[in-house]
Amino acid sequence: MNQIPLLELRHVSRTFGGGGMFSQPSVVALDNFSLTIDDQQPSIVAIVGESGSGKTTMARLLLGFELPTSGQILYKGTDLQRLDRQTWAEYRRNVQAIFQDPFGVYNSFYKVDHVLTTPLRKFKLARSRDEERQQIEQALRAVGLRPEETLGRYPHQLSGGQRQRTMVARTLLLRPRVIVADEPVSMIDASLRQTVLGNLLQLKREFGISLIYITHDLTTAYQISDRIMVLYRGQLVEEGEPEQIVREPRHAYTRLLISSIPEPDPDRPWADEEQVELEAV
Amino acid sequence: MQPVLEVNELQVHYPTPRGPLKAVDGVSFELAHGERLGLIGESGSGKSTIALALMRLIRPPGRIVGGSAILDGRDLLKIPEEEMRQVRLAQVALVTQGAMNSLNPVIRVRPQMIDAMQAHGIQLNKAGWDSRVDELLTSVDLKPAVADLYPHQLSGGMKQRVCIAIAVSMRPKLIVADEPTSALDVVVQRRVMQTLKKVQDRIGASVILIGHDMGLMAQFAQRVAVMRNGQLVEVGDVRDVFARPKHPYTRLLMDSLPSLHKRDAFAAVAAAP
Repeated sequence: MNQIPLLELRHVSRTFGGGGMFSQPSVVALDNFSLTIDDQQPSIVAIVGESGSGKTTMARLLLGFELPTSGQILYKGTDLQRLDRQTWAEYRRNVQAIFQDPFGVYNSFYKVDHVLTTPLRKFKLARSRDEERQQIEQALRAVGLRPEETLGRYPHQLSGGQRQRTMVARTLLLRPRVIVADEPVSMIDASLRQTVLGNLLQLKREFGISLIYITHDLTTAYQISDRIMVLYRGQLVEEGEPEQIVREPRHAYTRLLISSIPEPDPDRPWADEEQVELEAV
Repeated sequence: MQPVLEVNELQVHYPTPRGPLKAVDGVSFELAHGERLGLIGESGSGKSTIALALMRLIRPPGRIVGGSAILDGRDLLKIPEEEMRQVRLAQVALVTQGAMNSLNPVIRVRPQMIDAMQAHGIQLNKAGWDSRVDELLTSVDLKPAVADLYPHQLSGGMKQRVCIAIAVSMRPKLIVADEPTSALDVVVQRRVMQTLKKVQDRIGASVILIGHDMGLMAQFAQRVAVMRNGQLVEVGDVRDVFARPKHPYTRLLMDSLPSLHKRDAFAAVAAAP
């Protein structure tokens, strides 16, 4: 296994603030974090943690919105900051994002079609309007949407679930290698979450796309991922296969996360607060 | 025993070019003293409209068209607007999903809490207010020092607790909690819900918890009511409904819950139109 991974975070840290003479002490949002996405074998890695655990900072680093304070982010073995123009464009196409808010990504003055045609034209993926249309319809069908009910509409005419699935279709159009999904289902209804997560799972199975699934919800992480990494205050506290994490959590924070999940069973009540109070790591 | 709240044939309509949209279409239910009722449904099922109707906060063009909501012998829907201002908070309090954003960002917590009580006719001296605020904050498991902070200095969970403290400050008979924790992560959610249960129990208020998380309902409610398209499709004891959901829609809600016990069931779900 001497292969160069597709994407690698190598001892990445990111701190905020603390620079100036009068500023507050710096905040370590992510501390010495490493992660590898294989080039050959697609996988779903879930990054689980609460608000402030550093998971969104990680997404922003991966998408190139932030630079690491220390450590490296490597794409096919080259530091993101050293990618040439062409490889950077390739990176931007190969690493796609799906965000939490299925409302904010749309411009309400444009029809839904706009978010689907823009990436195709930017990366010149379709040779004609016909081909463009064909690709879009195919992508929409792949996520279980009917093109005739989706295209030609304005964002407010679609439900949250439809909007989020349209985003999955958009990423699919670009045939990326990796999708970074930051809480993709936390703002949509429970009964639709399953469908959207099913779509993401399908992307891996059918199209070989890897997923970095960022969430605070250990249940959905358990459902779709191949590997779970638990973040607490910027630090990786536990990592392993879903079964192992859920059945034999080693770290107190993981145990707290598990015990906080409201069981849909009135006869299995939440443990008392005192029993699970967490000691600082 | 006489119920605290009796909702009868509640109707709330929104006019549209294609005729009235019946957001709440003939909903009836009762709530006993100190009882916790879960009102479950998807977005658009009308559950939040019920909350707003009970608070008499339906905005025009929406309108309460019919029905009654008798709280402790008085019909909430017939109280004159001026008097309703006093009834809100004193008798019925609302905690919403975005409640934490309803705090004034440029005013410290203490004066905001005092303001609410003053508006409802409570008069105390400085020492009296201080001890009242201390007591309320302690009751929601916050340190009294929180009173001197600004909202932005608090986490989401802490802000939501401040809102609960304000909601219970007048010891209302009914607390309507509309997805109070859906913006919070699981660990904080549990703490906030346990706090709500504790204070509700202490002051003997009844609670209507609105949401779509079946897990949360199982943990909090004693009885659940399931809404769909403006109507109640099922009402029953939480154990009965969870063990034997009668309505297919209730079953669908139950099945859509990912759990830590059945991994393969979910993995089989592919794209369904």
